[in-house]
Amino acid sequence: MSQQLSINGVTHTVDVDEDTPLLWVLRDVVGLTGTKFGCGIALCGACTVHIDGVPRRACITSVKSLGNASIRTIEALETTPVGRSLQKAWLDLEVVQCGYCQSGQLMSAAALLAGNAAPSDADIDTVMSGNVCRCGTYGRIRAAIKQAANEIQHTTPEGAQ
Amino acid sequence: MNRAHALALLCIVFASMSLADAPLEPLRAPQAFDSIRNRAARSNAYFTEAAKVLQHPRCLNCHPATRTPTQGDDLHPHMPLVQAGPENRGTKELPCSSCHGPENAPTLGGRVKSVPGNEHWSLAPASMAWQGLTTAQICEQIKDPKRNGNRTLAQIEKHLAEDHLVGWAWHPGEGRAPAPGTQEVFGQLIAAWVKTGAHCQQASL
Ligand code: FES
Ligand code: FES
Repeated sequence: MSQQLSINGVTHTVDVDEDTPLLWVLRDVVGLTGTKFGCGIALCGACTVHIDGVPRRACITSVKSLGNASIRTIEALETTPVGRSLQKAWLDLEVVQCGYCQSGQLMSAAALLAGNAAPSDADIDTVMSGNVCRCGTYGRIRAAIKQAANEIQHTTPEGAQ
Repeated sequence: MNRAHALALLCIVFASMSLADAPLEPLRAPQAFDSIRNRAARSNAYFTEAAKVLQHPRCLNCHPATRTPTQGDDLHPHMPLVQAGPENRGTKELPCSSCHGPENAPTLGGRVKSVPGNEHWSLAPASMAWQGLTTAQICEQIKDPKRNGNRTLAQIEKHLAEDHLVGWAWHPGEGRAPAPGTQEVFGQLIAAWVKTGAHCQQASL
């Protein structure tokens, strides 16, 4: 089945079975390998992307369910102020250990800050509980989200976005 | 074949049965209770039979005692840990729809064969918590407009018989045992219960 997908602002025509998970299309067909496969059962969050702004697990999202939705992946993170602040905070605090979970962590963090410009520890824990890090970088992730939120509030007059 | 061999063979047969092969739990239709002469007792019998569905893990998992759903036939905590949020569809930044799409999604590998989904996937409101309640307590709660979403009994009857998310319990996706019987028989039991006065067993009985 041939289908058009809007990924990071670019339209891609892909020819895959309609029940193919988006994650397979991103990685194997379109060549965007930043989004990772962790569990394949919507449990770990490594495959998190944004679909029309909502964080979704690409491993269990079939292409047929996407329609004209706008898909954004880790490769487009740097195109928003929130994304750039998160990248900077991640580097400043050296959040990453092995790195495998981090694109999913960052996409969840970006969705969090887009909806909540000044999250409390509890807000962060509630949202980021959907992303597993086997290296245990949770403490640094929380600190980096706070740093990014702070920076966005002080550098962008209208806050997030 | 001696007894030990027969037993071993039986064990192998049962061990190799998947959930999909497991016999569906039966649900008796209202006619099964015709012989109960007392109207209130018959009404209560309809509800008690219907409660095999209400008390089934496919229903209880999203009618939890706290604002966090549970999973599996043993009602273990939902992994990952998620919150109901203000509208029972998760928080805005981690909504249920992050993982639960409009229909059950098969997985490619892993011991979880599918991730459940439905257009209206959501958690029951706090007033409709069922976990930890007796059947009599659930019965009273379902009748109470303050706790049942301000529904009349006629609306409850229609909701339970026809609602698509309620119906998911009989089509829960690969790897999950469905609720007993069918939504049709369940709806008939609820209708019969309402028609006979919607009696609940006294909590003290
Ligand atoms: S790979 Fe999708 S949630 Fe783990
Ligand atoms: S940094 Fe290694 S899994 Fe998260």
